Amino acid sequence: MLEDQFILEKLNSKFGESIIGYEQNYDIMAVYGDKEQNLKILQYLYDDEELGFKFLTDLTAIHYPDNKGEELVVTYLVYNMRKRKHLRLKFKLNIEKPDIYTLTSLFVGANWLERECYDFFGVNFVGHPNLIRVMNVEEMDYFPLRKEYPLEDQARKDKDDDMFGRGDSHFNLGKLNI
Amino acid sequence: MIFNKRPVTHNTNVKLVEMPDMYQGEGFGAMQLSKVVGLARKNSIWPLPFATSCCGIEFMATMASHYDLARFGSERLAFTPRQCDLLMVMGTIAKKMGPVVKQVYLQMAEPRWVMAVGACASSGGIFDTYSVLQGIDQIVPVDVYVPGCAPRPEAILDGILKVQELVGNEDIRRRNSPEYQEMLRSYGIL
Amino acid sequence: MKEIKEKERKNIELPEESLEKKSRTLNLGPTHPATHGVFQNILEMDGEKILSAEATVGYIHRAFEKIAEQRAFYQVTPLTDRLNYCSAPINNLGWHMTVEKLLGVEMPKRVDYMRVIIMELARISDHLICNSVIGVDAGAFTGFLYVMKYRELIYEIYEEISGGRLTTNIGRIGGFERDFNQIAWEKIDKFLNEYPKILKEFEGLFDRNRIFMERTQGVGGISLERALHYGFTGPNLRAAGLDYDIRTAKPYSRYEEFDFKVPVGTTGDVYDRYMVRNQEMWQSLSLIRQAVQKINDLKGEEAIPHHADVPDYYLPLKEKVYTKMEEMIYHFKIIYGEIDPPVGEVYHAVEGGNGELGFYLVSDGGRAAYRLHFRRPCFIYYQAYPEIIVGSLISDAILTMSSMNMIAGEMDA
Repeated sequence: MLEDQFILEKLNSKFGESIIGYEQNYDIMAVYGDKEQNLKILQYLYDDEELGFKFLTDLTAIHYPDNKGEELVVTYLVYNMRKRKHLRLKFKLNIEKPDIYTLTSLFVGANWLERECYDFFGVNFVGHPNLIRVMNVEEMDYFPLRKEYPLEDQARKDKDDDMFGRGDSHFNLGKLNI
Repeated sequence: MIFNKRPVTHNTNVKLVEMPDMYQGEGFGAMQLSKVVGLARKNSIWPLPFATSCCGIEFMATMASHYDLARFGSERLAFTPRQCDLLMVMGTIAKKMGPVVKQVYLQMAEPRWVMAVGACASSGGIFDTYSVLQGIDQIVPVDVYVPGCAPRPEAILDGILKVQELVGNEDIRRRNSPEYQEMLRSYGIL
Repeated sequence: MKEIKEKERKNIELPEESLEKKSRTLNLGPTHPATHGVFQNILEMDGEKILSAEATVGYIHRAFEKIAEQRAFYQVTPLTDRLNYCSAPINNLGWHMTVEKLLGVEMPKRVDYMRVIIMELARISDHLICNSVIGVDAGAFTGFLYVMKYRELIYEIYEEISGGRLTTNIGRIGGFERDFNQIAWEKIDKFLNEYPKILKEFEGLFDRNRIFMERTQGVGGISLERALHYGFTGPNLRAAGLDYDIRTAKPYSRYEEFDFKVPVGTTGDVYDRYMVRNQEMWQSLSLIRQAVQKINDLKGEEAIPHHADVPDYYLPLKEKVYTKMEEMIYHFKIIYGEIDPPVGEVYHAVEGGNGELGFYLVSDGGRAAYRLHFRRPCFIYYQAYPEIIVGSLISDAILTMSSMNMIAGEMDA
């Protein structure tokens, strides 16, 4: 059985300053790390005998527009198949210069996941073989999943924003606490 | 001697297609060309199933043996636009897919009809987002809309029957008329 | 039959360039009868052999993750329906289980067993489509027509319980909206009695069929290390040799109390995937029988509930909403989002028809999720497709694509 504290101690002893913090979410521990070391941390988790996190389950990003200087958080979820343990790693990026090293050398499956992250949030993965948009049209010039952009296409003519409770009309039912 | 163990049952309730009214005599009949042509066309429509998402699975159920589509004359699903009459667009059309639908429509030969199956193809459905085309009638002219999410196979068959009505009653000069040309011009086709 | 005379043969002169080996580009485009869904492959071919391939997705991108940031938890359930639409109840119940994990709700036994019945029926319906369509692509239409009739039986069971055939929107946060009535139990029994015979006949059509075996064995294989490197899960990984199944690795909905095996292949080719899916259907049938037996064995208090006691999130029955005060107030509060969920983030994965379907929910205490991410198995394993088909013929590429069960709705989300 692999315990969270054991993983945290090993990471702290190997990387020291680069491990910024941790939090416990239900049954998966999330470790915050320094973004320069992301490839090294994941390589260590892959190679070490006792840790052995050799499967990349998920890769995505979250946008917090209120934390100035650390708006984008890129998160990886790795899995150890023998011990059946998940571990989440989070790295904070500045939205002015969202650079982070790519994982394609370690996990081939991270290729399209990183392209999707770039497409939605604008995270620049340094060293990626083919960093272009994967889901949206190639000519799109903004990153849609950031919080400042609306969901609906503003150029459509047939749907009336007033009737749908959106838009800046005076006939508003009051703000729902979204 | 062959014994029939099972009593022979003849289906006496067979529905035959009605002959349209014609001026008849001994060995000849005279009627409008458009009616004969319409009768032949409407009972042999070859659809092109342009299935993109969930409505495509309901179409597969329509095509299967329980709700048979072949009994309406659509025995052969032509997967190429050059050989089909009816373009059935089933499923959400994203903006990335729009030019593809337009190109497939342009490759079809006259007379051609378009059926939008499902809420997403008719008007965008539940996806009012930046990446979904709000209805395919923004890019191609549509004849029949089948609402539903996903529509039942009976609803898709109802749509086919409505298309049959349109096909059977079409005026033979419709495709060359100036109103039709004007409509196509408004879509940017021609 | 005209024979070309010697004199004429000399007149047929081929131009010089056509004798060189040049590669041709073929667009296996978004609309193609073989692609079940919309994704594009640009192939470089030398005759019929594929030299290289490049895949493009995103032709049905509907921005689910952005929509979910503006919808309350109940309004996200219809979105999850449309992820893997061949087995929609698994997605719905997986989403409800994620929210229940966030809230920390404990499910009664009966609800868990009912969920197992619904999820296994959905798995059978998904594998039926995939296997029969492998047959259609190989040229055998009969299996497809034969088996679709039994998918109609499964649809009737869903209709009895939730009202919808394909996009079921089944269940509530905390259980089911109504108990399975007598007609639903009879239909489940009818399915359990009639279906095994049909599955045996379907296997008899393809399993030892020489044409099918020659077309599918050795085609589209992938090694286990490569599959793990890509992040494969589900029947594709099990066909390659590893028995990773979330129902045994991290059990949910009381799967640990059931007795079932996980079928595993060896080479990961098309034949192995087909066989793994067939065997999983047999295991699903056995699971449904066990679940029905367990429900019938429950006594007393445990045999009544069809939902957990979580009044803050479970929409009350309509007849009570119109007559009693308390239920009306709860109904109002739930729909308007006056109740705040806890702050936190949770990841929950279920075994979908194609593999590990994960839901990553970040909640900030508001009515809607702050960020919802779907870990979609189809998107991850489609990356391996260009590598698998290099060097094979185009007809093998078509069979490989249909055996990997690419559902475009799940790929693009």
